[in-house]
Amino acid sequence: MTLNRQIKALGLGLAAALVVFLNIGPLLWQGITSLKLDRDLNTLPPILPREVTFDHYANVFHSVFVRFIANSAIVAFSVTAISLLLGSMAAYAIARLPIKGKSLWLGLFLATSMFPQIAIIAPLYAMIRKIGLYNTHAGLVLSYMLFCLPLCVWLLYGFFKDLPAGLEEAAAVDGCGPVRTFWQIALPLAMPGLVTAGLLVFIASWNEFLIALTLTNKVSTQTIPVGIALFPQMFYVPWGDVSAASVVVTLPLVALVLLFENKLAKGLTGGAVKG
Amino acid sequence: MKRSRRHRGAVLTGYLFLAPSLAILTAIGFYPVVRTLLLSLYDATFLNAPSRFVGLGNYAKLLDDVWFHLAYRNTWLFTAVSVALETAIGLSFAVLLDKRLPGRKWVRASVLIPWAIPTVVSASMWQWLFNADFGFINYALERLHLISSYPNWLGDRASAMWAVIIADVWKTTPFMALILLAGMQTISEDIYEAAAIDGATSLQRFRLITLPLLLPTLVTALLLRTLDAFRVFDLIYVLTGGGPANATEVLSSYAYKTTFSSAQVGYGAAMAAVMAVSVLILARVLQYVQRRAYGRIEGG
Repeated sequence: MTLNRQIKALGLGLAAALVVFLNIGPLLWQGITSLKLDRDLNTLPPILPREVTFDHYANVFHSVFVRFIANSAIVAFSVTAISLLLGSMAAYAIARLPIKGKSLWLGLFLATSMFPQIAIIAPLYAMIRKIGLYNTHAGLVLSYMLFCLPLCVWLLYGFFKDLPAGLEEAAAVDGCGPVRTFWQIALPLAMPGLVTAGLLVFIASWNEFLIALTLTNKVSTQTIPVGIALFPQMFYVPWGDVSAASVVVTLPLVALVLLFENKLAKGLTGGAVKG
Repeated sequence: MKRSRRHRGAVLTGYLFLAPSLAILTAIGFYPVVRTLLLSLYDATFLNAPSRFVGLGNYAKLLDDVWFHLAYRNTWLFTAVSVALETAIGLSFAVLLDKRLPGRKWVRASVLIPWAIPTVVSASMWQWLFNADFGFINYALERLHLISSYPNWLGDRASAMWAVIIADVWKTTPFMALILLAGMQTISEDIYEAAAIDGATSLQRFRLITLPLLLPTLVTALLLRTLDAFRVFDLIYVLTGGGPANATEVLSSYAYKTTFSSAQVGYGAAMAAVMAVSVLILARVLQYVQRRAYGRIEGG
């Protein structure tokens, strides 16, 4: 019986190790590649670097890549702040304020997140050029609202809905108007939701590619995904540098995942699971 | 009197709170979609150049475009196979994560990593892994004596789509696994205990309790992933560019090239419209299945 249980525990442990290996293996390989000398990249074995080099990281940090990182950070932080503010206002209105057509408004937000981006990209490109936002951070920030606002509204709607029923009444008795009730009472109570929505929106805009590819063509505004995608347009692919760049842009995301593992998992699954 | 003034204030605040988000989404979402539908009726080349109304001419052209047919078939193939594999593997990950594991938090965090990585980065990672001469995959397969010469997975028409599917499955299985895991954790422990007392084996418990109760979650996850897979762009654009010889071209990438590289804006809009309608029908069908799945649970 105990032997049986031990075998079972061993099997589970091995399966868990396999899952971890499958999930981080490709990233690990990228990390190993980034530490190899260029001449060692053209031979296998050895799997591990014969000699560890940080040249590829130096190349990345002495190139336009630094600009891409700055652009991505500017865009992702702005998108997160603006979509959280506007999204929480809209979600609060639908969840708590006595307006008409609540399910219609909610449906509209859901509908925009279902559009294939390819069906909006050409007119969006024309419009962004016309209003002078081509090759600007503002153009990207505005366009990213397309997927960030629906995400924020849907997540935060659930959080506001779950707040106690008499909240507004009690606040009104204390002389709080609807705006102050939202800002000083409801918003702080929905803080866990704001953190989750903020994380999801930040990661989504950090990773976005199609819109950034279309609305920018200068280093001064291009983001990391565009920078990485355009690497191989040279005659040979500098795999060491590409790997180092991949590791650099992925590390902040890995840090977020490790810090907020629980919140991310909840946010991802919140809408899909009827508890 | 005082109450009704307060009520009016709350109503007004509500619409004012809603207005900025709706205005932005109308400008960058609803308006462009309508504009795309209109553009598909014109032989537009550049968006600001004058163009001629051609009615359904662009759609008629699609019927004879063999590359469009190929992209359409590829999109369905990619969607069906990727989502099926993700569901199967995601389900097994979820079953494992639902058990008491040593270091379960770390295993779960590792599952989130492929999800968090930018698709473009994961595409370039897999390009390196699949590299014909120096890629890890060929090296590993040779060491395991599964291949004798090094195939060019991404450069061969027969294998390129499968390589793309593998890269997609790696990236998106975590999403499936985490949703299914959350679904499993809502199933009450009591049911399992009762079944164990009745002498049900663990396989029976999985088949007769977990699967049926998980069905609504499974269908929802399937819906989200299918719609996403159907719109695939980043992965294809970076990993294969649609090649070799259009073997991995999908609707998004083909419509994008038609619009921006060949500047056939009207024709590209017609492709986008066909794609949007396909997504809409697909969503409707899956939502119907979803309602049936929930109905079965709630109806007992």
